[in-house]
Amino acid sequence: MSLLEVHELRTHFDTRRGIVKAVDGVSLSVDRGRTLGLVGESGCGKSVAALSITGLVPRPPARIVGGRALLDGRELTALGDRELEDVRGREIGMIFQDPMTSLNPTLTIGAQVCETLRRHLGLSPREARRRAVELLGQVRLPDPARRLGDHPHVLSGGMRQRVMIALAIACEPKLLIADEPTTALDVTIQAQILDLLDELRRLRRMAILLITHDMGVVAEAADEVAVMYAGQIVERAETVELFDHPEHPYTEALLGALPRLEGRGLRSARLATIPGRPPDLAALPPGCRFAPRCPYAGADACADRTPALREIRPGHLVRICHPASERARREPRA
Amino acid sequence: MSGDVLLSVRGLVKQFPARRGAPWKARAAPIRAVAGIDFEIAEGESLGLVGESGSGKSTTAYCVLQLLTPTAGEVCFLGQELTRTRGERLRRMRRELQIVFQDPYASLNPRMRVDAIVAEPLEVHGVGSARSRRARVLELLDTVGLDPDAARRRPHEFSGGQRQRIGIARALALSPRLIVCDEPVSALDVSIQAQILNLLSDLQRDLGLSYLFISHDLAVVRAVSDRIAVMRAGEIVEAGRADDVYANPAHEYTRALLAAVPVPDPRRMRARRDERRRGTSAPG
Repeated sequence: MSLLEVHELRTHFDTRRGIVKAVDGVSLSVDRGRTLGLVGESGCGKSVAALSITGLVPRPPARIVGGRALLDGRELTALGDRELEDVRGREIGMIFQDPMTSLNPTLTIGAQVCETLRRHLGLSPREARRRAVELLGQVRLPDPARRLGDHPHVLSGGMRQRVMIALAIACEPKLLIADEPTTALDVTIQAQILDLLDELRRLRRMAILLITHDMGVVAEAADEVAVMYAGQIVERAETVELFDHPEHPYTEALLGALPRLEGRGLRSARLATIPGRPPDLAALPPGCRFAPRCPYAGADACADRTPALREIRPGHLVRICHPASERARREPRA
Repeated sequence: MSGDVLLSVRGLVKQFPARRGAPWKARAAPIRAVAGIDFEIAEGESLGLVGESGSGKSTTAYCVLQLLTPTAGEVCFLGQELTRTRGERLRRMRRELQIVFQDPYASLNPRMRVDAIVAEPLEVHGVGSARSRRARVLELLDTVGLDPDAARRRPHEFSGGQRQRIGIARALALSPRLIVCDEPVSALDVSIQAQILNLLSDLQRDLGLSYLFISHDLAVVRAVSDRIAVMRAGEIVEAGRADDVYANPAHEYTRALLAAVPVPDPRRMRARRDERRRGTSAPG
């Protein structure tokens, strides 16, 4: 059994425009010491999925209308607010895209790290301080003892993210949820932060749920990938398998749309694009959610039958009527 | 494809005064955002300016556009020294020199209709009659791939990619020779980003435009640039033909940047990481 198991999670929002089905049947699992990349474009529901797992999604307007999330066999979706608070500090650590808005600008780094340690581990002020220096050293913050007295604004973006990671791992969580942890950072700093996360994963056997829009980051940091589109997981596989043999036309298109770094004549080459836009989550198409943009959707059942997530090869799941490997004789429409 | 020199920048320097601290403290040295750079852009050519945050890319762009006054150096555009041009003559030059901004949400006035947004440069410069301007707006919307009925709607009704198309239509309104694109796709999703990059390439081919294309994303820059200049701490550390710079980076900083970009190839990323790990754990 995996450390984190999510079964058919559904989170809907009640809005004036109707029910927005932000997460609509998400199943995933992450093992100890492994990184799952949850990838998708803005509005696909990847962040709401993570917030629903940790009980941080605001209810109302959100409602978890179905599914379960289990951490180490314990059902998170059944816990009360108080219990969830403990789980979040001690068993699940979280880091977000913008470390500046996640840190309190009026408190010193030391105060924030020590608060976490005292609240969740019940350490004495002196013990908390000693541990804080140790933690900041582990995340490679230069000169950690002196940094305790600094306020967040004097740190660079990369250093702030290191402080966030120190906070997230303070109680040695089993699971780390990282939501676009490097999106606001320069590439050289991004590589350092991803290396740091990888090191923590190896040394502490932590499981990481890495949420990102960047296929490059996934290729670098994830052992396994789940691609999300319009509230659903549309493809799931080991990272190498997914990049070698993408089955879903959306995954193929995402990979095709990436500008390349290597090769000659890239200047005159056109990038592949995906026609149209993702569907309105308050007015989803009745059948396959990708059908309106799918180059392979024909006049057949696509528009009125929601395809199920099925295992096309061992460990490789896809939700589409026309996976790449079964498309032999079918030519794209366009 | 490229011809005469359109823009020539020589010894460009831009300093900002340091923020004043306590009155009894000595003033800190000014911040040198751009520290003496040279580059040229030929007719119909696009130059990609890459660098990390704080390297001085955007300051360079604003100095070229004369939205910031350079501390020193020359910005020669269409044979005219812009840093010494003032008043009506500078205004006329500005018709040839437009910009597309990064954030398609902040750069369009939410209270204006799209037709008014796109027509605004024409009005400011007194181009054409109300009727000819209306026709021009429809033509521009078509050029950037928007429906004519977009004209009567407001920015909030559009997605990020469509808004960036509106921003591009506005930049094209006066038929400029050079467009500065300041991180035009960094706020967009990959699939939308690809559409906008394709559009910029098409426009360049069809209209003979030149671009000064600024981005932190090396792959994005590659897709639209004939030549590349790599900036770090206010200086251009390497410049050359895009294919050459990417295939054989000469400067150590360019190599470090290229090595840090994640590419969608898990095997190579693993190998790269193992190499880094060995590098950091090796003695010394």
